[in-house]
Parts: sequence; C-alpha cells; structure tokens
Amino acid sequence: MADKLRTQQQLEALQSRYVGTGHADTTKFEWVSNIHRDSYASYIGHPPLLSYISLGLGECRERVRGIMLERMVRPVGNPPEVAD
Amino acid sequence: MAATSSMFMYSLTIQPPSSITQTILGQFAGSKEQQILTASGSRLTIHRPDPAQGKIATILSQDLFGIIRTLAAFRLAGSNKDYIIIGSDSGRITIIEYVPSQNRFNRLHLETFGKSGIRRVIPGQYLAVDPKGRACLIASVEKNKLVYVLNRDAQAELTISSPLEAHKAQTLVFALVGLDVGYENPVFAALEVDYTECDQDSTGQAFDELEKHLVYYELDLGLNHVVRKWSDPVDRTATMLFQVPGGADGPSGVLVCGLDNITYRHSNQDPFRVAIPRRRGATENPERKRFIIAGVMHKMRGAFFFLLQSEDGDMFKVTLEMVEDEAGQPTGEVKKLKIKYFDTVPIATNLCILKSGFLFVASETGNHHFYQFEKLGDDDEEAEFDSDSFPVDPTEQYEAIYFHPRGAENVNLVESIDSMNPQLDCKVANLTEEDAPQIYSICGSGARSSFRMLKHGLEVNDIVDSELPYVPSAVWTTKITRGDEYDAYIVLSFNNGTLVLSIGETVEEVTDTGFLSSAPTLAVQQLGEDALIQVHPKGIRHIRADRRVNEWPAPQHRSIVAATTNERQVAVALSSGEIVYFEMDQDGSLAEYDEKREMSGTVTCLSLGEVPEGRVRSQFLAVGCDDSTVRILSLDPDSTLENKSVQALTSAPSALAVMAMADSTSGGSTLYLHIGLYSGVYLRTVLDEVTGELSDTRTRFLGPKLVKLFRVSVKGQASVLALSSRSWLGYSDPQTKGFMLTPLDYVGLEYASNFSSEQCPEGMVGIEGKSLRIFSIDKLGNSLLQQSIPLTYTPRKFVRHPEQPLFYTIEAENNTLSPATKQRLLNDSNLTNGDAAELPPEDFGYPRAQGHWASCIHIIDPVSAKAVLQRIDLEDNEVAVSLAAVSFSSQDDETFLVVGTGKDIVVAPRSFTAGFIYVYRFLEDGKELEFIHKTKIEEPPQALLGFQGRLLAGVGNELRIYDLGLKQLLRKCQAQVVPNLVVGLQTQGSRIIVSDVQESVVYVVYKFQENRLIPFVDDVIARWTTCSTMVDYETVAGGDKFGNIWLLRCPQKASEEADEDGSGAHLIHERQYLQGAPNRVSLMCHFFAQDVPTSIQKTQLVAGGRDVLVWTGLQGTLGIFVPFVGREDVDFFQTLEQHLRSEDAPLAGRDHLIYRGYYAPVKGMIDGDLCERYALLPNDKKQMIAGELDRSVREIERKISDMRTRVAY
Repeated sequence: MADKLRTQQQLEALQSRYVGTGHADTTKFEWVSNIHRDSYASYIGHPPLLSYISLGLGECRERVRGIMLERMVRPVGNPPEVAD
Repeated sequence: MAATSSMFMYSLTIQPPSSITQTILGQFAGSKEQQILTASGSRLTIHRPDPAQGKIATILSQDLFGIIRTLAAFRLAGSNKDYIIIGSDSGRITIIEYVPSQNRFNRLHLETFGKSGIRRVIPGQYLAVDPKGRACLIASVEKNKLVYVLNRDAQAELTISSPLEAHKAQTLVFALVGLDVGYENPVFAALEVDYTECDQDSTGQAFDELEKHLVYYELDLGLNHVVRKWSDPVDRTATMLFQVPGGADGPSGVLVCGLDNITYRHSNQDPFRVAIPRRRGATENPERKRFIIAGVMHKMRGAFFFLLQSEDGDMFKVTLEMVEDEAGQPTGEVKKLKIKYFDTVPIATNLCILKSGFLFVASETGNHHFYQFEKLGDDDEEAEFDSDSFPVDPTEQYEAIYFHPRGAENVNLVESIDSMNPQLDCKVANLTEEDAPQIYSICGSGARSSFRMLKHGLEVNDIVDSELPYVPSAVWTTKITRGDEYDAYIVLSFNNGTLVLSIGETVEEVTDTGFLSSAPTLAVQQLGEDALIQVHPKGIRHIRADRRVNEWPAPQHRSIVAATTNERQVAVALSSGEIVYFEMDQDGSLAEYDEKREMSGTVTCLSLGEVPEGRVRSQFLAVGCDDSTVRILSLDPDSTLENKSVQALTSAPSALAVMAMADSTSGGSTLYLHIGLYSGVYLRTVLDEVTGELSDTRTRFLGPKLVKLFRVSVKGQASVLALSSRSWLGYSDPQTKGFMLTPLDYVGLEYASNFSSEQCPEGMVGIEGKSLRIFSIDKLGNSLLQQSIPLTYTPRKFVRHPEQPLFYTIEAENNTLSPATKQRLLNDSNLTNGDAAELPPEDFGYPRAQGHWASCIHIIDPVSAKAVLQRIDLEDNEVAVSLAAVSFSSQDDETFLVVGTGKDIVVAPRSFTAGFIYVYRFLEDGKELEFIHKTKIEEPPQALLGFQGRLLAGVGNELRIYDLGLKQLLRKCQAQVVPNLVVGLQTQGSRIIVSDVQESVVYVVYKFQENRLIPFVDDVIARWTTCSTMVDYETVAGGDKFGNIWLLRCPQKASEEADEDGSGAHLIHERQYLQGAPNRVSLMCHFFAQDVPTSIQKTQLVAGGRDVLVWTGLQGTLGIFVPFVGREDVDFFQTLEQHLRSEDAPLAGRDHLIYRGYYAPVKGMIDGDLCERYALLPNDKKQMIAGELDRSVREIERKISDMRTRVAY
C-alpha cells in the first residue's frame, strides 16, 4: 500500500511540475488542449517559426504572438459538459 | 537510430542570419560609448554606432549554438559597465560580459533552472531586469517565473542568488517588464490571464468574462521573498507593457498597450487612457483599429517620452503630463497622457534610441535602419490628443482619432543595413559569364521586398580613372623622404620609357626628378633617409636628395631582368642568371656585395621582405627561377646569398612577396612567402624567421592568367594584392585573424601599387589597359556583395528563363488592397481634399483590408537592365501560388510560363474558392509575357513542374499531368500520391519526388505506356517539407518548417524495380507496407539548422570547386553542405568536433550535440561552424587539441580552412 501511495505522490509531484503530465482520468479535452497549448508556446518561442507564420498570415510578428497567446487561453473551444 | 552514416557532410554557414530577434543597448565595453547588441538566430552580435559618420560597424559576432530568445542588459549600482543576460533554449540563465581588450564575450554565470528546449513552462520567453540592476525575472509563457537577485561580493564580482519562485499555475503571461521604483524593493509587472475557470466552464461564459490582469510582483530584498503585490484588471486585448520612469525621474508605473488603446497604470495612480490615432485617407478603413507592436522609452535630463509604433509602422510620441503644485513644479501625480504622430519607419522588432541622437530600427523584414533625430516632434503642427477625451474603460464609447501620415520630419535615415530576412527563395546561377556563379534570391516582405544578387567579392571604391596616352606596363608610387606621410610620385613604366607624375592638388607630369625617362623601369624605391632608387634594365640609378645621381651599370652584354628593393636593400637578377646584392651603408650610398650568386636557371622574380622594426636588413631573399623552384637565400653578413631552403612548384613562379602578416595560429604576426605562378595558382607558405625553412603551403587557383603579387596596406594591415584574370586581396579577417583571399569587385588589373595621398590616405593605384585607376577598399568584413531590385509585394517563388538571363517572380500580399480596388477607392468622388494623395508604399506600406489579396507576376532582368521589365497584376482576389517554365512537346518543345493561382485564399485554416493555372507565352526572348489561357481547377496548385514535355501539377493531394490545349490545359493522368498537400516537385527521368506539406517526400514513378503514376517509396517520419532537391537519382535533400535539413535515400532494390521495363503491374500489385508505399526511404543525414530552410540546391560556388548543397534560410542564412570524400577526414573532424564541444562549450550553456539534434539526433553531419571556432581558441587549448589529434596546430587550421576555401568563400 505504501508503494502505491508513493507512486501516487510522485505522479502528483510530476503533474504539478510539468504541466500536461497525464493521469488515468485525463479527458480528451484536457489532452487536446494541452497539445494545442504546447504547440502555440512552441510557435511563439521559436523565432524563425514565428516569422514563417507571420509571413504567411500577412501580419507582423508581434501581432501573431498576441493572437497565439490569446488562443492559448481556450485553444479547442469550450470543455464538454460534465454529466453529473 | 545510429548517429553514424555511410555518408558524411560538412555544414558551413556562408552568411549568418540577418533577421534580428532582439536588440538591446548598453555600455558593454565599460566606456561612455553605447553599443548595440543584437540576437540573430543563434548569433550574438555587438555593433558600434559611429555618431560622427552615422554608420554602424560590427565589432564581434559569435555563434552561441542555441536559440537566443531574449536579451537584457543591466548594470550594478556604481558601475559603468553593462552585463548581458541571455534567455535561451538551454534551460539556463546566462550572464555574460563583453571584454573589449580581447574582443570576446566572457561568461560570468550559468544557472540551470529547467529542461532544455523551448517549452511552455520552462522560463526563457520573457526576461525583465530591475532598472537598478538588483534583480531579474525570467518567465515562461505559462506558469513559471523565477527571480534571481543580482549583487556583488567583497571582490566586487557579480553574484547571482538561487532562484525565488513566483509561479502561478494555469496563468499565461503576455508581457513582462521591470518597474522603475528607484531604490525601493524591486517590482516586476506582468500581464496575465488565468484560464482555470475557462477550462472548467462548458457554457463559455467564463471565457467571455475572462479578465486580463496587470500584476505586480515585488521582491522583498529584506525577506528574500517574492510576493504578488498588486493585481488589477486591464483591457482584455492588451499585449504589451512599457516601463514608465520612477523614483526621481517620473511617476513610475507602466503603459499597457492593447487594441486601439494605450493606458497608463500604476498601483497608486489613476489610470489614463488614449486611443491610437488611425490613418486618414481614401484607401484607409476608418474603422480599423491598430495595435502597438514595438516601442521605446527614452529618458533625458529630467524628461522622458515614449515612441510607440503601430502595426502600420507609424510611430507615436507619447508623453505624460504631471499635476503641478502651487509653485508650478511638477508633482509625482499624473495629470494626463498625450499622444501625437511622430514619423513612420519600417515595422520593427525593436527600437533603440541612442544617447548620441540616433534611432536604430531593427526591422522585422528587410533592411535595418539607422536614423538620426532632427528634432523630437516638439512645436510642430501635428495634432496632439490627450487622455481627457477618452474614458478609462475601453468598452465605453469614444470618438476615434485620426492623423495624416506624412514623410519623415523628425528622423533622417543615415544608414540602411542590408538584411536578407525573410529570404523566400534562392537560386545559384552564372548569368554574367564570370568564372564563379552568383546567388540570386528573393527577400523581404511587402513593398520593402527585393530581388537580390549576391556576388563574392570586396567592395571597391573607385576614386580616379584616367586615360593614358600609351599602355603602361607597370606602376609604382614613392615618397621622397622617409619621413613623408604621403606618396609624392607615381612612376609609370612603358615599353620604351618612364613617366613620372607628381601627386598634389592635381596629378601632373614632372621631368626634373632625376629619373631616367628613356628606359622602362623595373623597380622604384625610396631608399634610406632621402634618396630614391630607379632600377632599369641597364642599371641602377641612385638619386640623392641633392639630385646627384649615382649610376650602377649592369655588366656588359647583360641586362637586369628582375629586381626587388626595400628601404635599405636592393637585389637584382641579371639575364645571365646572376644575382647582385646591394646594401645601403652608413653614409647612404649603395654598396655592392662582392660576390654574385649564379642561379641554375633564369630568374623570373625576386622578393626581399620589409626591413623588420629595429633591424638593419631583411634576413631573406626569395628567388624564383624558371625551373619551377623558389629558393630562399640568406642575407646575413656571415652567410650572404647562401641557400637556406628550396620549394619545388608545379609551374614557374611569376611573382614573389615576402611579408609579415597577422596570423591566427601564433596570435602575433608571421613571415609569409606568397608565390604566384604562371599557371594562375597562388601559394602561401610560412617562412621561418630563423632558419628560412618553408612550411605549411596553402594553394588556391585564382584564374587562367599568371599571378602578380603586390604588397598593399588596407585598413592599416599589410595585405597582398594578387592579380590574375581577376584581382584578389589576401588579408587577415578583422575578427578571426584568419587569412582570407577574396576577389575584388573591380576590373582585372595588370599591375598595381600602394597609394597614399592626403585625399586618399590608404588606397591603391593600378593599371588596366590604357587607364590609370586609383581606388581604395573601405570594408573588409563583408565579402558577399549585394545588389537589389525592389519588388512590389512579398515574393513567394521564382524561376529562371530556360535560356535567357531573366527571372520570373510571383508575389502576393495578404490582407492588402489590390491595385484595382485601391484605384476605385481613390477615384471615389466624395473625397476630401488631400486624401487622394497616395503614400509611397516603400515607407508607409500598402493600405490593408482583411481578406483581400494583392498579387502580381514580375519579369526581372538582373544582368543588363537590373530592373523589373514587366508587371502583370492578378485580379479578382486571386493569388499566385506557384510557377514553372514548362516546355510542351505538343508545341514543338516551345517553353511557356505556367502560373498556378488560388482565389479567396485563407491561409489558416486553409480555404479557397477555386484554383487556376495560367499559361503565358514568352515574347521577345522572354522579356514580355503574353497571356494564352487559364484553366479552372478545384484547388490552387501549390507545385508545378515541367515533366517529359508536359506539365506536372500538384493539386491538393493529387498529382496530375496536363498537356497544353488550345482553350485550356488538358488533364492526361492523375493519382493521389500523398496524404495531405503536394508542396514541391522534383524530377529526373521518369521518377518524380513529391513533397507533402506534412508527410515528408514520396517517390513516384511515371509509367508512360500505361499512363500511370505509381508511388513506390515513402518516409517513416512526418517532415513538414519546405524545400527539396534531388542530390542524385536515389537521394533527396530537403528541409522542414522546424529548421531541420535531411538527406533521404531510397533502397537500391526498390529504385531498380521501379525502373524495370514494361508495365508497372508489379509495382501496383506489390503489397503495401503499413498502409503506405511498399518501401521506405532511409535517413542518411540529419541536422538542425535552426533557420527554416526555404531552398536547397546542388551546385558549385567557386570556379573549379566541387558540387556542394547550398541552402538558404528564412532569416537570411546562406549555408552549404560539403560531402566528405574519405573516411579519414570524417574521423578527424569528428574528433575535432568532440574536443571543441568540451573545450569551447557554447556560451549560453546549450549542449552543442543536443542543439544540432534538436528534433532528431544529428546524423552524418559535422558542424563546420563549430570546427572553425578552433582558430579563435587560446593558444594553449589549440596546442592541447592538436596534441590529442596527433597533428600540429597549423595542420589542423589548414584542414579547417581548406574545407571552406576549396568549395566556397
């Protein structure tokens, strides 16, 4: 039992430290939002990629950065309704 | 995946990226002077602005082998030197300083805080420092914030604390600045959104009500703890923060910039808000709101102002007005915020205002600009708006404000710094029929885009070009006395005489100089204190200061064939093969050495070195004979004219030059013997100063003509000018001190000499045919010369005419009004006065409109006209997406230009209403295009290619073959070959390489008899292909959107089977492997280049060089991959790389191997940029590595430099 508890604690520590670490009850919505947020963070973080996207969109880099950050708030729409 | 491979390539950068990710200002050298520090890709560059000339010079540029994301400068209290903090992808915070005495960066601290790579929750995206240099905050996009306390210890060394956490989960950071609070506890301001509730609420109400907060984080220096001190909702659209001066300078706080609003916020002040003025004009949408995208705050003597730039490029001057007390003195309370139009400059990633009155604009695309302030926008007629007219709540109604954009009044452009960012496509071709090909590339965006021609060469500043009556054979310049600063005479030798010109206000002939004018001259020299020497075939004329002439006649029946001189020595070679040596004695007369030395063959050339400082003579005489040898003779009094060493050559030497030059190996200067051969080969060997031994010979082919060598001085350093079919300059690179040999962008000269006059202190004089030319070389750093032709819109792709030196570009601009719509708006009758004037788009950009496209096709002549020949605009919101020059066999192999377009394209998520293929006929050798017809298809064709006399088009995920019909194109064959979208096509024989936007490449074979396209090999990894090329029949090189470059090879067996005769039945019925093609490619090489590759091509870069892969990157990078021939070299460079990784670990703390294997492990690649850092190591480390490799330092340096010079620049 103690082993199980420790594993549980380690997992929780990981989850709090590294955002997006999954668990047995991860929903599809959580998983997909997480992937999208990771992708947007990567687009913003890699300067050539941000330039590439901004060139395609015809907007300036700072605007594209703002748009991407804004999308990170709700990347895949509203969460599904939870049936009680 | 094994990191080793049967194929190895050596990666080199020819031109580093020119885009700027971030710029900061600081006094990095510890002096009063401000420097500009820029981050471009993985490079950190420090520039020195020269306020007197209004120029910017690069001092130091270093590759960090990591992605630089943010930079910040800070200064400890009481110090006058700025330190640099780098936020990179290493998961570490790096603090470095610039050491001006050694011209290098020195790392002071490197603290690890997280995983490497660019991740959502690993800090490195944002970096803010306390203005007093007491702390810094490094943050990630989400959640994590770390505060480091900066201090100094008893030894006055900088210290850094362990990090203090200020994390907040599920919180996105939009902007971060350090607040100016004087000497109170450091405070950092962040724009944050907490999405916790929005993630739980399925109704979407939480999202709609979500607020953005301005949060203050206070670092309590006493408790060593960070607290969230204050948080207040701000405008939901805000994305930027600017620091407002505090303490004694101002009210402190921040400017929060969002959509159409700039708000002043601080915890103890009322908010003040102004709108962002909008452009007025016929083509401007009055409802369009703007964002602030860049800005800068500038403090000066008790006042401060902001220059904030909108997304159109308009800069606004924003100031704060304070409440005044009874005495009329400003208090710390803000009264209002004011804004007015300042000027328009290119859209910037960063603006920097220098104390010397300059503005540096690091442009987002295109050239960077350096402006000088004329005035600060005070007392002009520009309307000023203040916060009294605007409600604090941005959701409330207010009246929009407008201004008329106008030409720059406040700033004046003084320098435009070439930048190829973004580089969309590139082709290497030899259109000018020179010996080396040129690089043609399309760069930039919007109206600032350009077509650029790059050529390897040094820029030459032509000063005088005058015609002479006859063709001279040689030219010299000379001073009259040793103390003279400038040259006094130009001596020209003709076939039968000599002409002396005096240099002064004008250049005119003089006759009373004592020079013999009736014979040609072999050498001219200023000797001793005040005498002159003229060597002519019949003797040596020694002209003393009082015009007395001593003549040494050549022995009877013999003449002088070669001569060399320096200020104390003269050596001549006689037609009999004897060498006569003279030295100046105490009283200034020339004394002949008793014995003559007889050489085995005819002497072709001689060289004496300069007399070293503090010595009386040069130690060695180099003698070149027609038996293809060079001998070094001693001039030591004990062993005069004795043989020291011999060097055998491949051809007879035509010129020699002994000279001391700066050397990277020894760190000081080394004596070199430069040898030019009749075959056009140039050699450089090291001449041992003690023994006279020759070692470390490096060879370079200069051109088909014999080589002549001249000692010249460029930028204060001794350089060698080598003349063959082109003129080359050999010099040591200002930064690395490595030897460089670069052609001059100039006429081919016959003879040259150093030239120094009052107007031109450091020049050269040369002769070319009948003309005498005086020129100088002002810049040594940049050896790639650029010429550019302006284009209209962002160029997307270009092709070359199959025979003529012409290029065709397609250009497109998103969210921009097309010329037709613009004209309609301008012709609108209810225009107010002045609105109809159209602004030059190069400065002001095009009028924007959501969902509109402007697109055109250009014909460019880069060789003779150097201009755009014809422009064809596309109408109906169509956009050109691809083009190709295709020869149709149904039309007697006539070549047509085929352009693919799309209508109403939305880039993301991808949508469109239709696609078209236009066919144009070339008229007048391609100088004009005639429209033939257009064919409607379902999707915009992203790739087009001529294939076996027909057109191959990638339409969506289908590959189609079209033939040319009378009314439209006729579809002949089609097949679905890739999963997503065809973006590129390559072909050889009947094999087609199709690149997919997401799924790497697919090999397709076309079976003519059956008229079928059959995919037979695909890839196992998703590669978001941007460009690809066939290296050979089996191998493809390509790049992807994430900055990787790879080489893939199809299995030999599959390749042979695909080309088997007969029907493709066996291919079609072959069993699919894991739902893909029957075979898979294997990865040969993989490399992370950081920059997004936009083109890759297999070509030669230098005359006589091997084929290399040339790739170009979006940020303006030019790079090459050189294949290794032998395994031995690979092993050598692999070991060298390994040593350099540990001995010269990247500055920002990124592991080099992991960096180059960012997405997939490096395979089959050696990083030449890392290897070239060997030359910059301190001597002891060089020795150590050389010892480990069992080679000498020179040998290693030669191997490294050979890798580059054999194939590239």
